[in-house]
Amino acid sequence: MKGFGIIKGLGVTLKHIYDTYAEDIKAGRKRYYTEEGVRQRMTPDTKGIFTVNYPEERLPTAEAFRYVPFLVYEEVDGEKVPRCTACGICSKVCPSQCIWITRAEDPETGKPIKTPAEFAIDIDLCMNCGYCAEYCPFDAIKMDHDYELAGYERMESNIHKLERLLKPASYYAEIRPVNYALELQIKAEAEAKKAARRRPK
Amino acid sequence: MNEQIKEIKSYEQEVLTRFPDWAEVDQREGFQGLLVDQKNLLAMMESLRDEFGYDHLTSVTGVDYLQEEQMEVVYHLFKSTGGPILEIKVQLPRSNPVVPSLVGLFPGADFQEREAWDLLGIRFEGHPNLKRILMWEGFAGHPLRKDWQEVFYEGEFKPYEDRWPEGKVSKIEDQNPYQENIAYPKGFNPETWIPDGEELLFQGSIPLVQDDPGIETEQLVVNLGPQHPSTHGVFRMVATLEGETVVDLEPVMGYLHRNHEKIGERNTYAMNMPYTDRLDYFCSMSNNFAYALTVEKLLGEKYRPPERAEYIRVIMAELTRVLNHFMAIGFFLNDLGAYFTPALYTIKERELILDIFEAVAGSRMMCNYFRFGGVVRDLPEGMEDHIRKLVYERLPRQIDELDRYLVENEIVVTRSAGVGVLTPEQAIGLSAVGPVLRASGVPYDIRRAEPYGIYDRFDFDVAVRYHGDVYDRFLIRFDEIRQSIRILQQAIDGLPKGDFLANKAAYKFRMPKGEAYGRVEGPKGELGFYVVSDGTDNPWRYHVRAPSFINLTGLREMSLGEKIADLVAILGSIDIVLGEVDR
Repeated sequence: MKGFGIIKGLGVTLKHIYDTYAEDIKAGRKRYYTEEGVRQRMTPDTKGIFTVNYPEERLPTAEAFRYVPFLVYEEVDGEKVPRCTACGICSKVCPSQCIWITRAEDPETGKPIKTPAEFAIDIDLCMNCGYCAEYCPFDAIKMDHDYELAGYERMESNIHKLERLLKPASYYAEIRPVNYALELQIKAEAEAKKAARRRPK
Repeated sequence: MNEQIKEIKSYEQEVLTRFPDWAEVDQREGFQGLLVDQKNLLAMMESLRDEFGYDHLTSVTGVDYLQEEQMEVVYHLFKSTGGPILEIKVQLPRSNPVVPSLVGLFPGADFQEREAWDLLGIRFEGHPNLKRILMWEGFAGHPLRKDWQEVFYEGEFKPYEDRWPEGKVSKIEDQNPYQENIAYPKGFNPETWIPDGEELLFQGSIPLVQDDPGIETEQLVVNLGPQHPSTHGVFRMVATLEGETVVDLEPVMGYLHRNHEKIGERNTYAMNMPYTDRLDYFCSMSNNFAYALTVEKLLGEKYRPPERAEYIRVIMAELTRVLNHFMAIGFFLNDLGAYFTPALYTIKERELILDIFEAVAGSRMMCNYFRFGGVVRDLPEGMEDHIRKLVYERLPRQIDELDRYLVENEIVVTRSAGVGVLTPEQAIGLSAVGPVLRASGVPYDIRRAEPYGIYDRFDFDVAVRYHGDVYDRFLIRFDEIRQSIRILQQAIDGLPKGDFLANKAAYKFRMPKGEAYGRVEGPKGELGFYVVSDGTDNPWRYHVRAPSFINLTGLREMSLGEKIADLVAILGSIDIVLGEVDR
């Protein structure tokens, strides 16, 4: 019969409309503007309205999510000590070559010290690939979760310098708990091995 | 290497026995294929097509060997009945690279030869329309030549020296203000310039045509694009109309051109991985897959991915196919005029798959997930169950619903059935791949014809449809989603425990000299990478055989004789992504 296909299709649309209201009534208030509601909308058996009212509602970011990098620092005696040793691997692997590092020098001897004097990332160039964090041997550079970087100006504010890049290790532990725990574990194992090797002497 | 004479593959030997005088084996270390002299090329290609059955010329490209003062044209052919790829090479002097055009034998060589002319300056004698395709007419030089330098030139190879240990940040645009950004050849004035022989076409003038005696008709040139809302990006179709009927059509592209291949040759091997994401930005996982396979071919056995990684790769590649086809179906309906309701239903399913990608790879679209010898990280906790639920319950249900919703819809059927027909012979000749080829009745699928990864372990059917019209190209995407779901179900059930990366994460590789052509059956068709290594950290040649780009060769054939209202539907049915077309 001509027109049957269209009617069948309209049936599907109608079901979607019905689902929207049925879900809303079933789930009640907690469906919107709650974390639980947002999570429910991400499961494989979600029905009804699917969109998220950004910025009032936000999708939870996955741990692996990566956005422009930051540098991790440890707090030692109230001072920020970056983990970075200015080895330059991140700037070598960077596909878009958006990392500039100046290695610090000892003011007296002129020899290089293992810490960065300057560190800059041009976030206009950064393609968020995550290579710097992946290949950093000191776990010093990590990918951030903060994706709201819009600004009024693109020259100064889009070049992240050292002070903008440094974030505490506790922040890192907060956004990547699984990874952080794994790192601690690996570090502890390495220490234990070192200690075991030292003892026989 | 040992001094053994190079192993000759049986299919190459066959050709060698037939042409003892014309062809010889490429003896360079790490290279495959046969060398042919350019004066015998046409006769040999014809015989390869008609006698041997190598009827599908899949890739034409060139390599610039600067030190050897040589240009090389590389052809890849396969039989549409399956089997390995035959590689034919022609060596030419760099000062005057001229080679006979193959367009007469394989119409699918059209765009690719134009591209090789445009980017490398290899002249194809006898090509009916040899002009630039990605760069603009009047561009100075051929950018893929090794001695050509871009305006924002920083160095021959990455990493650049000035980043460390005394890096001083600066914006590159400060070093080269916009005014001096463009170089024109001598005597070229962009203000007054009109492309050769196209004065009429580009200015929309109307030539008079005497059709019937007594009735005067006019032809009309209509430019669809470059930014038509229904086209899939910045793409332009110059259509010549007689009444409402299309009598000629020329796709114009290159608006999104960034010379991906030149960037790729400046990059190291590892750096290219995130760049491949940006080719076909819907299917970054498939792009990663193809590139990883190609480089693994060069690296050899040591970089064979462990079992678990192979399974994860298949799962990701098939999820990508599902999401791409969902999008293709949705946006095809957009092109037909069903504005965004169907598209949103399909985007909904895509969103669930993108959530998986975000949790696994860290980014929804620019996944950068594959590494040479595996994948970058393991699936996070709970992900297996999530994928299982999706592929066993959600996706089969949703594809059935979409089927009920659209397939029998009379408007869809009348708009698309019998429109834009491509016969099997045409499809093969025009080097069509993927759903476009299979909807024309050629059941060619690389996953079956030349299995890569672990695809030989899965039980699935090659989707095929026989009418070759827009409706069949629409339907075949449903079939392929169903087959992909079958593969996904087997892969998630068979997923073993274990390692996910063969070698410790390295950013530098000891790359042997040689070449490799790796290809996968991407959602849009055969995605191939041709990489030539000279033993350094950076590839000497990096070429992408982009399925969307080469499928567009058939656009003219499909559109001739159709109504102008159907053009957008025909374009939608090919399913192109401009990031890949323009590269």
